[in-house]
Amino acid sequence: MTEGWPSSSFSADGLACVRGERVVFAQLDFQLASGEALLLLGPNGSGKSSLLRLLAGLLKPAAGRLSWNGAAVADDREVHAARIHYVGHHDAIKPVLTVLENLRFWARLHDPDSGDEAARMALERFGLWRLHEVPGKLLSAGQKRRLNLSRLLGAPAPVWLLDEPSVALDKASVKTLEAVIAEHRARGGMVILSTHADVDLPGAQALHLDRFAPAPAAAVEAWI
Amino acid sequence: MTRLSEIIRRDLRLALRQGSDSIMVVTFFVLTVVLFPFGLGPETNLLERTSAGILWVTALLASMLSLDRLFLADYEDGSLELLALTPTALELLVIGKVVAHWLTTGLPLIVAAPVLAVLLQMNGDGFATLVLTMLLGTPTLSLIGAIGAALVLGARRGGVLLSLLVLPLYVPVLIFGVGAIDAAVQDLPSKAQLLVLGGMLLAALPLAPWAAAAALRQALE
Repeated sequence: MTEGWPSSSFSADGLACVRGERVVFAQLDFQLASGEALLLLGPNGSGKSSLLRLLAGLLKPAAGRLSWNGAAVADDREVHAARIHYVGHHDAIKPVLTVLENLRFWARLHDPDSGDEAARMALERFGLWRLHEVPGKLLSAGQKRRLNLSRLLGAPAPVWLLDEPSVALDKASVKTLEAVIAEHRARGGMVILSTHADVDLPGAQALHLDRFAPAPAAAVEAWI
Repeated sequence: MTRLSEIIRRDLRLALRQGSDSIMVVTFFVLTVVLFPFGLGPETNLLERTSAGILWVTALLASMLSLDRLFLADYEDGSLELLALTPTALELLVIGKVVAHWLTTGLPLIVAAPVLAVLLQMNGDGFATLVLTMLLGTPTLSLIGAIGAALVLGARRGGVLLSLLVLPLYVPVLIFGVGAIDAAVQDLPSKAQLLVLGGMLLAALPLAPWAAAAALRQALE
């Protein structure tokens, strides 16, 4: 965890996303280097979550390509999966497993070599260590979100894809999240984050997704 | 491989702490089989002749009961997205989940089956073959069931749809399972039927996880 990530670049070229029959966004480009952050902005339905799912590999782009150091991401799913951490709207917490068991399962699944020490540090960082033997069903919404976020530190990965991570968090936890993100970037990690609230990301590029929405008349057929 | 054992351990732990699925499946199996002597009458010959069929059909329905939970809980709480984003083949994780499902629902059926065979007056010669057919057949049922369970994710009334999808695919397992026991009871060789059952298991082992993983990816889009 102490050594930095090698210098890399993550870029999108002409991405388009179609949900149902609707073009959500098209011709979307960005380029992100190690240590940089990308802030996704836009009203509800402008495709922030879709873009993050697309970057994670859960959705396939209708057009365009994603590259890591110039090589297409779609070539090898598993290598890409090892590079990313995705935090979505659901917290993926099993009610009958304890806090530590929940975190350890995801950390080991992401990286079978990840140790208990990393899990303990991650929980301590997000203020959950004193609850580590409490079953998931007793956690509040904010605690569940913090447990989900502690996956980021439980097993290292250079790219963090965070879909509205500050939802349900109190002010102190948002500060912790900002500090954790800053440390990750200082080590050469990348962060792509969507938010409606104020999350302080110094020097982050902003991507306004509503600017990539197609004109209402644009035909879906043009992109599929 | 570590990841495979990791997901099996998690699912077993979940099943142990929630506990209801295994008990429900075995209780359904026992209660339904017990209904047959009441319905058919206590005539020993009739029960003896139909025992293999009754046991297999009921085991098949019982193993289907818990199938809709196989992926649904993970789908609803977002775990399935993270499983799909694990740096390993999703097929491997599907195998892990199916193994855990079989250990918690298939294995208890195999334990209960000989006891119920006594109740149905099955000829003692058939007992060993009964256990053997179920050992070979129930993992196939879990594997085929996983395809159905993955396909109905996100569908309304998925449970009913699941039975319609999966039951026709269960027919070959039923035919050869019952055929092997009937042959053993009549002192005929049952090796051929057992080999076919084994063959079906070997075919389902790579094909079913592959199909189920494809259906899961579709469900997540």
